[in-house]
Amino acid sequence: MSYQAPLKDMLFAMQELAGLNTVTALAGMEDYGLDTAHAVLQESAKFCEGVVAPLNWEGDKNPSSWKDGVVTTTPGFKQAFAQFAQGGWQGVIHPTAFGGQGFPKLVATPCAEMLHAASLSFALCPMLTDGAIEALLVAGSDALKAKFAAKLISGEWTGTMNLTEPQAGSDLAAVRTRAEPQMDGTYKVFGTKIFITYGEHDMTENIVHLVLARVPGAPEGVKGISLFVVPKFMVNDDASLGARNDAWCVSIEHKLGIKASPTAVLQFGDGMAGTIADSAGPGAVGYLVGEENRGLEYMFIMMNAARFAVGMQGIAVADRAYQKAVRFARDRLQSRDLAGSCGPVAIIHHPDVKRMLLTMRCQVEGARALAYVAAGISDVAHHSAHAAERAHSQALYEFMVPVIKGFSTEMSVEMASLGVQIHGGMGFIEETGAAQHYRDARILTIYEGTTAIQANDLVGRKTLRDKGAVAKALCARIALTEQDLSAHLDADCSAMREALSQGRTALQDAIEFILVHGKSDTKAVYAGAVNYLQLAGVVLCGWQMARAMMVAHEQMESDPVFYKAKLITARFYADAVLPQAAALAQTIRQAGASTERMPVELF
Amino acid sequence: MKIIVAVKRVVDYNVKVRVKSDHSGVETANIKMSMNPFDEIAIEEAVRLKEKGVASEIIAVSCGVAQCQETLRTALAIGADRAILVECSELLQPLAVAKLLKALVAREQPGLIILGKQAIDDDCNQTGQMLAALANLPQVTFASKLDIADGMATVSREVDGGSETLQVTLPAVVTADLRLNEPRYVTLPNIMKAKKKPLEILKPADLGVDVTPRLKTLRVSEPPVRSAGMLVPDVATLVAKLRTQAKVI
Repeated sequence: MSYQAPLKDMLFAMQELAGLNTVTALAGMEDYGLDTAHAVLQESAKFCEGVVAPLNWEGDKNPSSWKDGVVTTTPGFKQAFAQFAQGGWQGVIHPTAFGGQGFPKLVATPCAEMLHAASLSFALCPMLTDGAIEALLVAGSDALKAKFAAKLISGEWTGTMNLTEPQAGSDLAAVRTRAEPQMDGTYKVFGTKIFITYGEHDMTENIVHLVLARVPGAPEGVKGISLFVVPKFMVNDDASLGARNDAWCVSIEHKLGIKASPTAVLQFGDGMAGTIADSAGPGAVGYLVGEENRGLEYMFIMMNAARFAVGMQGIAVADRAYQKAVRFARDRLQSRDLAGSCGPVAIIHHPDVKRMLLTMRCQVEGARALAYVAAGISDVAHHSAHAAERAHSQALYEFMVPVIKGFSTEMSVEMASLGVQIHGGMGFIEETGAAQHYRDARILTIYEGTTAIQANDLVGRKTLRDKGAVAKALCARIALTEQDLSAHLDADCSAMREALSQGRTALQDAIEFILVHGKSDTKAVYAGAVNYLQLAGVVLCGWQMARAMMVAHEQMESDPVFYKAKLITARFYADAVLPQAAALAQTIRQAGASTERMPVELF
Repeated sequence: MKIIVAVKRVVDYNVKVRVKSDHSGVETANIKMSMNPFDEIAIEEAVRLKEKGVASEIIAVSCGVAQCQETLRTALAIGADRAILVECSELLQPLAVAKLLKALVAREQPGLIILGKQAIDDDCNQTGQMLAALANLPQVTFASKLDIADGMATVSREVDGGSETLQVTLPAVVTADLRLNEPRYVTLPNIMKAKKKPLEILKPADLGVDVTPRLKTLRVSEPPVRSAGMLVPDVATLVAKLRTQAKVI
């Protein structure tokens, strides 16, 4: 089997680190306790391993294709998506009022991880649909929700996010697509959008595009952007499909990875093919979501969810690369054991292969733990009965999102690269399959906001804006974990306490540096933003590995095999990864100035 | 028509089993347990019969430890209507399970009892046959096709060299083989519905059955490791070694 969902580690992180019991004690979450979560994870694993994972390689060899505006997905994708929809998996996290299952994010997150690990290309479609559903539910009118939400949640239709234009990538202020109000209250949308994931496909009968555009007379910049629903096919009042809307896929991209996922160029309002949705002439019929000029605000609702989800993609693909590397390292015989052996041994016995495997393992487990903890915090932020707890949790979650997105995806590229390395020459050969994970992972640090965009968000909105309040609160919580570690007298916990304490101190130094120099020396501070994000990732994941180590220590007797591996993995994180924190802090303090010193003309 | 389906909680087929250090059995602590795959096929068949309107109610039954409730919830999520657990912490042997099922058959009066042909943990392949004998019901084992009409079951079964088709009057015991069907994937809404379906817990004593093991396991051990081969210089040496060392000719 090419992928096996790590159910045990997932349940461990949910229960022991992310507070599943706390989450399922929240109002409205009582139905989703451990037994249910366990059953859901098991069935999700069966589906992902059995139906989706086998399509991953096929998708790479036989990507989506475009002909005359029609996109044909990889053979098997349409059937698998139908099964996914029929299984109710699109609705895991969405409200029961619209046909969803209403699960907490903490339970939906491992389900998403499995789907992404099974096939990043496939899982992108449900992921983008989730974002569209969330934006509709938060900002859409009742009429819009009634028309579109249930069909998206059931997986009968899929959703897209239309932000990027050729001149408007990371900077959405430059969006030029326009929306002209019509007499009947609808709008006509005109413009070109690029990089639209699953912007066109043959898996469902309709596609619901969420599109950023400007209305006439809107203010310049991001404050003049509105959000519209533009369906591929118009939807009649009886929910049947009507005319084809004037929104067309003019091509799809050829990419380094995630090849099965069609990345569309969409043309709105070209009046193509003479089939125009209404008699008023060309233009794609759109419905305003919420109020005019607040589009970016709404888009950020789905962007936060999508950024977290992309972080999960990183963790997922790194885990799959790890699983593949372990299998290969067990099988491949090469060279004698350093300690002596009568013939070649499996390469997993060689010290450097073990180092690489442990590096992959500890990074995946640490990042998974942090993401699940954040998911649990997000559930508290949504469902707690106490306003203060909700607000505090929301602030913590918003601090963690850019870290999870930026750090986990950068990690995934490195780990998928290690995966290739462990395979040696065979890793460079496509048929082995290790290379696909490396190529697929490469997009993750770019889309939904590059690592630099995440890092700037972490420095600006998440650290400087509240004068470091949340960042310092997290450091204080890490210090409490250090105290807990002191209560354990064994060598592993004391080594971890030492490493975590140094990591936390480095993080505090960096926070101080940013707070002191943020205004006076802005460019130098931002030159270190990605290093700050990496530092936060190393320390926050280390914090979770420290907590995991204590649980492993306490519960060793109950499951010696699992907890021994957990303990050693956590110790390796303390010994090999946490020491990077001090170097990153030093880089943040020093390298901004030398970056600034270099005149651009000397490059 | 009511259908009883028996399901067993076993070590998951993906798990590499290990012998316990005291050689009393295999390690089952902290490893993934699942429904016996043949029992999953049995449940699937019952659900298809219900969907065709042939069956009216499906009762999933399991005998064993409290955690068998999870297995029963899976059966309920696939489509069984209610479940019965005969809870018992002792190791149950096929005869004991057959007696428990017989008592439940007497209580529930099903038109059909479907079991997996064997469990993948002990590979006994006995429970269905024993149940048929104890309950004095006709039996068809290793079913690969099942049709119900006019109070009769027409069953194709896999035999050496092909398949044979038998017809039995209902009620009857049928054991499911691999090719009977391909079990569906459980849907998320059905997992939630399964939580609300009734699950009754009984003890062997409630059914008046003595489950004391009749067989004693003396020792469980790993299969012997294959020893390394050797190269022989010529045919004469080979023949000599086959005669004197291997003693096979």
